[in-house]
Parts: sequence; structure tokens; C-alpha cells
Amino acid sequence: MSDRVRLGVFGVSLAGLLGLVMWAFVGLPDFGDYRGPYGDILNRVAVPERSTTDVVTAVNFDYRGFDTLGEEFILFTAVIGVASILRTLRGERTRPPDDDAAGRDVPETSLPIRVTGLGLVAPTVLIGIYIVAHGHQTPGGGFQGGVILATALLLTYLSADYMTLRAVGPNWLIELAEGLGAAGFALIGVAGLVFGSAFFENVLGKGTPGELPSAGLIPLSNAAVGLAVTGGFIFMLSEFLEQALTRRRDRRRGRGARRSA
Amino acid sequence: MSLLPYVVAVWLMGVGLYGIVTSRDLIHLVICLSVLQSSSYLVLLAIGYLDDAQAPIFADVPLGTRAVDPVVQALTLTDVVVGTTVTALLLALSVQAHKRYGTLDPQELRPERRTRTHD
Repeated sequence: MSDRVRLGVFGVSLAGLLGLVMWAFVGLPDFGDYRGPYGDILNRVAVPERSTTDVVTAVNFDYRGFDTLGEEFILFTAVIGVASILRTLRGERTRPPDDDAAGRDVPETSLPIRVTGLGLVAPTVLIGIYIVAHGHQTPGGGFQGGVILATALLLTYLSADYMTLRAVGPNWLIELAEGLGAAGFALIGVAGLVFGSAFFENVLGKGTPGELPSAGLIPLSNAAVGLAVTGGFIFMLSEFLEQALTRRRDRRRGRGARRSA
Repeated sequence: MSLLPYVVAVWLMGVGLYGIVTSRDLIHLVICLSVLQSSSYLVLLAIGYLDDAQAPIFADVPLGTRAVDPVVQALTLTDVVVGTTVTALLLALSVQAHKRYGTLDPQELRPERRTRTHD
């Protein structure tokens, strides 16, 4: 099919699709005219029932905790997928990490970038932990805080080099965090079965809304998810970095050479 | 005015799909997919929006204050996570496609045009 014909077919289908979608949207209630009922009910009962002041977190880690477990394992599976796609292929070799692009040397990291990057690591870690720890009170939680925490490690790569990144976050530690976080979140769900009557039942004391130790199991779930997301994101980032910096086609042995690492 | 978020969502969906179909670079294609997916965030958030209401966070406002729907916001979080994982997987596949065939152009990667410049 020529490009022109393909574009024509696409144009017609797109117009049809978007027309149907727009037609569906016209049937929805007007923007700003939400009619519930689930959101309204949750906004009324979540604070007294679960002692969370952030209702979105109450939905994610309590009312809809089972779904979030699935979401967590989507991330887990994707991390495994990235790792297996980016493995050392046949005919490739691993060499010492080197910043270069097609033979061009990359200039050394300048001092201002080093200082700013390293100076940002501690505040980033602090903000990440804060966002994870206060997920049940203010916007945030394990997913958001975990991504921020993973950024902290990326800052060490920007301001130092790949070997420093590996030294600060060795593979075993990253994999441990990822595994412990994912398993911990699943076990928190099981705790509901053991000590209560349903998977992900919030069986811990609820405390006072607005205080840091409150909302029962929700802060623990956030911590577990935070750990898993931090581990998962760092793992994916270092897989991509490893791919770019240390893998090269093995010219010496060429086609059919056995896997080299 | 009341249809504006939905119109924007349809627009994002359209430009995202157009970008995917006409893309000449896999990285560009992955970003177009992200644009396409962002239309779903907008639809979800628009459905739960309520006029003159605040975020469903009751940390410093009394309980019973008019607030938007927290359920669709939680769904949007799931949506963002899924979007991230899809992007990561597709970028990893793009890296390997480039290594194997020496190009990132989806047109060149079509089976009948594919020449193995590498490998």
C-alpha cells in the first residue's frame, strides 16, 4: 500500500472514529456537572471510616486496594520485560562504561552541574520520603514519591558518572527493594485476610485523621509501593544506561559469537 | 464551554493517532502514543469535575466541603502508571530494533523493505 493510499484510509477512519467519540462525549453530563454517586459517597465517608484526609489515596490503597495490587504488578512485569528485552544479545560484548556517541567524546561534566546535581540529591530524597510518608494526608503516595526517589539516583549519574551510580545503587540492592516492596504490598493485602475477613481489609488501628500515624494499613501500603516503584524505576533507568554505555557489537568475534556476559 | 475538555481530548487523540501513523522515527512514535494516552487522563478528570469544588483532600478544609470525584483521579493514577510502563517497554524495543536493523524508521522496518545492515 502506498503512503498516500495509507494516509487516505487513515484520514477517513480517523474522521469516523473521532466523530463517534465526540458523539459519545455529547451524551455525557456537562463538564463541571458531576452527578456521582460514588465520588460523593466516598468524599463523605472516607475521612471518618479510614482516617485518611486524602480520599484519592483511600480509594487507591483501601477501597480499591486490590486493583492497585494489579497496577503494582503491571509495573513489576514491565520492569522484568525491559530487563529481558535489554539483555546482552548474541554477538554483543560488555565493555567498561564510557560516555560516547558514535566515536565522539563527551566533554567532562562541568563543575556547576556536579555541584548542583550533588546538592540536589539530599533534598530530592527528603521530598521523596515526605511524599511517600504523607500519602494518606496530602496529595502524593507510594507511586509519586517512588518516582521522585528514583530521580535522586539519576542525579548522581548526571553529576558523577555511571560507576558512581552503580556504587550508590548496586543491582542487588535495587532488586531487593523492588522485590520487597512488591511482596510487602501483597502481604499487606493478605494481612486483611488473616486478621480480618477480606483481602486488603484495613485491620490496623485507624488513629486520628490528619496525624502521621493514622489510617491503619494505608501508610504501610504506601511505603511498600514506594519501595517497589523506587526499585523498579532505578532498575529500568540503569538498564537503559547500561545498554547505552557498556554494550557494543562484538566486532572481533562477529556473527554467531556466543553471548558474552 | 462545557464541552471544551472533551473537544481537547478528541484533539489529543487525533493528533496522537496521526503522529503514530505518519511517524518516521520510533522514539517520536512512542511520544505520540503518550500524547494519545494523555487524552484519556483528560476524559477521566473531566468526567469527575464539579463546578466550584475543591480537590478531594480534607486535610485543612472541613468534611462535607464540595469536592470533585476521587474515583476518577485514582483511575488516572493507574492510567499514568500503565502509560509509563508501556513507554518504557516500547523504548526498550526501539533500542533493540535500532541495534538489529540500524534504523529507527518504522517505514524501513516493514518486512518487505527490511535490509539487515547490522547483524
